[in-house]
Amino acid sequence: MAAKNVTTATFQEDVLSSSKPVLVDFWAEWCGPCRMVSPILDEIAGEHGDKITIVKVNVDEEPALAQQYGITSIPAMQVFQDGEVVKSIIGAKPKPALLADLSAFIN
Amino acid sequence: MHEVIIIGSGPAGYTAGIYAGRAGLNPLLIASSVEAGGELMKTTEVENYPGFPAGLQGPELMDAFRAQAERFGSEVLLDDVIEVDLAGPVKIVKTGGGKTYEAKTVILATGAAYRELGLPREKELSGYGISWCATCDGFFFREKTIAVIGGGDSAMEEATFLTRFATKVYLIHRRDTFKASKIMQERALNNPKIEVIWNTEISELLGEGRLTGIKTTNLVDGSTSTLDLDGLFIAIGNDPRVWLVENQLTLTAEKFIQVDGRSSKTSLPGVFAAGDVIDPTYRQAITAAGSGCVAALDAEHYLSNLK
Repeated sequence: MAAKNVTTATFQEDVLSSSKPVLVDFWAEWCGPCRMVSPILDEIAGEHGDKITIVKVNVDEEPALAQQYGITSIPAMQVFQDGEVVKSIIGAKPKPALLADLSAFIN
Repeated sequence: MHEVIIIGSGPAGYTAGIYAGRAGLNPLLIASSVEAGGELMKTTEVENYPGFPAGLQGPELMDAFRAQAERFGSEVLLDDVIEVDLAGPVKIVKTGGGKTYEAKTVILATGAAYRELGLPREKELSGYGISWCATCDGFFFREKTIAVIGGGDSAMEEATFLTRFATKVYLIHRRDTFKASKIMQERALNNPKIEVIWNTEISELLGEGRLTGIKTTNLVDGSTSTLDLDGLFIAIGNDPRVWLVENQLTLTAEKFIQVDGRSSKTSLPGVFAAGDVIDPTYRQAITAAGSGCVAALDAEHYLSNLK
């Protein structure tokens, strides 16, 4: 299942107020590694969607969100819990490595 | 069992795939789950690949390589090899996806990985001001002051590319001349936003939680300075990716896979290597592609002698 796109307008509702942890994938069309990691995140969403929600922020369209969360390198994946960033993952990683990084949220 | 497994998906891997495919060997090409296409996926304009007089984008070129390999029967697998056993007549290849594959021959085209500075907190600040990919991250440094460290073609390309975004780009190099090709050097040196700092090394990364600057040492007179920066792009070269095979194959003194003369033959029968993982000198897309062709022909020849 493809991750939902979130914007400044929906960030509060979709991310900050979520009762489940939310992984926000900051990405852009021109970022090759982002395109590689995207289907892996979709798989993880499919397998662990009951425990973690995965959404995407297009940094081209939402530069203010990227700036607010201090993004200087993509792909950057930040996990939000109760409105706070509790985990940051930088760079495209293979699925087993991502699952290990997310183990606190999906196990 | 496969006739041939190709590990790697840069110009060497895909070219091996094209040739092995055309030889009817139905190669399995294990491309990596997140870095398929290799180094060129992170570059912009490729101007020196013959046959494309107008140049083309790195990712576009790699998509074409892949399509051509697939056209002749290469099966491209987006998975990561985590372990190999190459000693016997049946080569065993295990992936991060949990699969085990067997083959009569293996072509290693694993390329090279970015070299790190080796400074404390480099990992921690990666993604927080330190970057390894100008095309991915340049966007975040609009109107900022940044530095690129390195003296080769990638450093020139990154510095030049980054001037699209940054107000100022320092280009820091430890020698007093660049190793980069003339045309790339001239582009960087003639760019008014780029200032070269020669004979200088980074001695410390500054900033808590995100990079705010660096301390540098002048290698000629030993003087030190501090430079305030919003970002630092590291392009000081690459090291061959040999960790999969370093205990099984003979390596050169510089830690490249050793091959026999102009061939792709490694120290083990049925195991061939191509591209940047065997090449300390040229490291071009075109030389890697040529080397991938050699490996496929060597594998084909080896297989025909088995029969």
